[in-house]
Amino acid sequence: MQCIRKQTGFVKLLFPIIMVFVGSAHQSWAEDSNSLMGNLPPVEMHGFLETRTGIRTQKDPHEKDISVMEARLQGELFTHTEWAEFKYKGDVWGDGITEKIDYDTREAWCFSRPSDFLDVKIGRQVLTWGTGDLVFLNDLFPKDWQSYFIGREKEYLKAPSDAVKIGVFTDLANVDVVYTPKFDPDRYITGEYISYWNENLKRLAGNDAIIAADEPDRWFQDDEIAVRLFRNIHNYELALYGYSGFWKRPGGQTISGIAVFPKLNVFGASVRGQIGPGIGNIEIAYYQSVDDESGSNPLINNSEMRYLIGYTQDLARNFNTSLQYYVEHMLNYSNYTSNLSGGHARDRDRHVITLQLTKLLMNQNLELSFASYYSPSDEDAYLRPNIRYKYTDKIIMEAGANIFVGDAPYTFFGQFEKNTNIYVAVRYSF
Amino acid sequence: MKVMRHLAITAMGLLLGMGVCHAQSDGTNVDDIIRKANHMALYQGIDGKGKVSMVITDKQGRTRKREFNMLRRDDGESDMDQKYFVFFNEPADIRKMVFMVYKHAEAGKDDDRWFYMPSLDLVKRIAASDKRTSFVGSDFLYEDISGRNPTEDMHELITTTNKYYVVKNVPKNLENVEFEYYIAHIDKKTFLPMKIEYFKKNNRFYRVIESMKVAEVEADENGKKVKYPTVMVSVAKDLENGSKTEMVFSKIKYNIGLTDGVFSERYLRRPPRNAMY
Repeated sequence: MQCIRKQTGFVKLLFPIIMVFVGSAHQSWAEDSNSLMGNLPPVEMHGFLETRTGIRTQKDPHEKDISVMEARLQGELFTHTEWAEFKYKGDVWGDGITEKIDYDTREAWCFSRPSDFLDVKIGRQVLTWGTGDLVFLNDLFPKDWQSYFIGREKEYLKAPSDAVKIGVFTDLANVDVVYTPKFDPDRYITGEYISYWNENLKRLAGNDAIIAADEPDRWFQDDEIAVRLFRNIHNYELALYGYSGFWKRPGGQTISGIAVFPKLNVFGASVRGQIGPGIGNIEIAYYQSVDDESGSNPLINNSEMRYLIGYTQDLARNFNTSLQYYVEHMLNYSNYTSNLSGGHARDRDRHVITLQLTKLLMNQNLELSFASYYSPSDEDAYLRPNIRYKYTDKIIMEAGANIFVGDAPYTFFGQFEKNTNIYVAVRYSF
Repeated sequence: MKVMRHLAITAMGLLLGMGVCHAQSDGTNVDDIIRKANHMALYQGIDGKGKVSMVITDKQGRTRKREFNMLRRDDGESDMDQKYFVFFNEPADIRKMVFMVYKHAEAGKDDDRWFYMPSLDLVKRIAASDKRTSFVGSDFLYEDISGRNPTEDMHELITTTNKYYVVKNVPKNLENVEFEYYIAHIDKKTFLPMKIEYFKKNNRFYRVIESMKVAEVEADENGKKVKYPTVMVSVAKDLENGSKTEMVFSKIKYNIGLTDGVFSERYLRRPPRNAMY
């Protein structure tokens, strides 16, 4: 949660600059056009008001009974000049879990297309790439698992980055480079909203043991760079990826028990295209845990190979299905087990099968969806049923659940079993 | 009595047959009509853009709005493959979402489709779906928007009136469609389809699309000024569930010089602004 509340200097700095640019652009336009209002670039204003309430379906000794309770206002401003586009999007909400008013800038960027082959986007932005459906291998941009698990709208799964994105487009291939001058970690499970397995305490923990992490936070030193080289050949999308930065969730700890983010490099590739009546995708990634290449340091994550294969198809009218198989394979497992001092050794391979079903009814105004993650190796699962009804063009009503099941309290999804929750929400858009 | 009826039917058949023969000797055989109508409905100019507003009204009179901008570019001049962009403005929950389609006109070949969700910055590849699925919850189907390949139906010119060629179209493969046949009224001057009536088994009329307003849109074609007759208002009615959708086009421009490169992930993630406004 500290990440959410932290309003970085970067955005504070950027926003007045954008406003000055927009202001001066307005002025010059106005002068050129003899201040005809019709010639000013319009400022689009939109947003929504939302209330969302959820409760745990069982007692969790480490958390409140309510899993989510918030009233949220999102505002969005967009404008453009001859040479650039500007967007601001921010949320303010009263949070019943933290009992505070919170604020988060989701986007504050300037985009420009200075030449035929170049795109530049600077500022706070949401970034996504890769082929997985709610599974991420080569996408090392920050996620917000906490929001996802308590049942916020899907858009909150992605946390924003403060970054510069440069796209170079040629006939041979296209390149995206994203430079993040200061590390943007995931909004990971800290214990504040969601209880979790604490390996140091060897028990479930929550509000009583909120993870204190030592985040790399030196500007231009603790930075991240992500690169994607991509091309479309006969409508098969091919991509190569590279990343240099840090594990996005605490991937280790110091001897004194402070969670840390060890260095990480990732190299990968993906392909996506039509196979038979549906779309198939394959993605692989090599996670090089730079601070522990031999895998002998039990306090730092092992290097891994990650594999994903997926297929999505419409099985009937307005009925889509997507099936994925995902594996995380530890590369130095024997070093990991021989250096492990107590605790639960994880399996060498973590297998996850995801299945997603979406059915639209009533002129596509009613959406029934079901997403599931099942791990046969961890013997745990995460189920997300959801029902959404567009009562009018402006009002959407929603109900859903986040169901965690597992045999052991320390597996990836199993540790969250006590957080199983149901929620309802109403959103009014304007 | 039986003989009389038989004779009458034969006579009627002859008359109808003569009608068809007559039309053909007129130089307007049915395949030509269909080819021209297909061209006029979907392939005028090498590219184009426009704004579309839809109002969907259900049986109880409740309305929903859809608004989007469209870009289109033809791959060559064979009236076959095309590329489309659809940029949604309304309603709020799909605002700024973008849909990119590589339409493959060849029978049996699926379109390639992508979807962009700006709040997640996510480019999703969409599996080919049943083309007879509602487009954005309206009474228009995907196939009404992107066009039905004429080779999928058998065509028969059933009559010619003062204003229209009336063509009956029977699908060669009935498995993929919900109708038995449809009857198109094609304007004799413009070759624009002005009314299309869909029928289920036992000649049960259940769906109609009508062109309510046509305008001549000026365009530049190889340096010459030309006028493309264009449907500006069109209404689809579903007689089974009592709903209707009015689709209004505005700001239509043809031959705006879109390049093939525009229809790519780059512009899916950030729309080409000069083509939008």
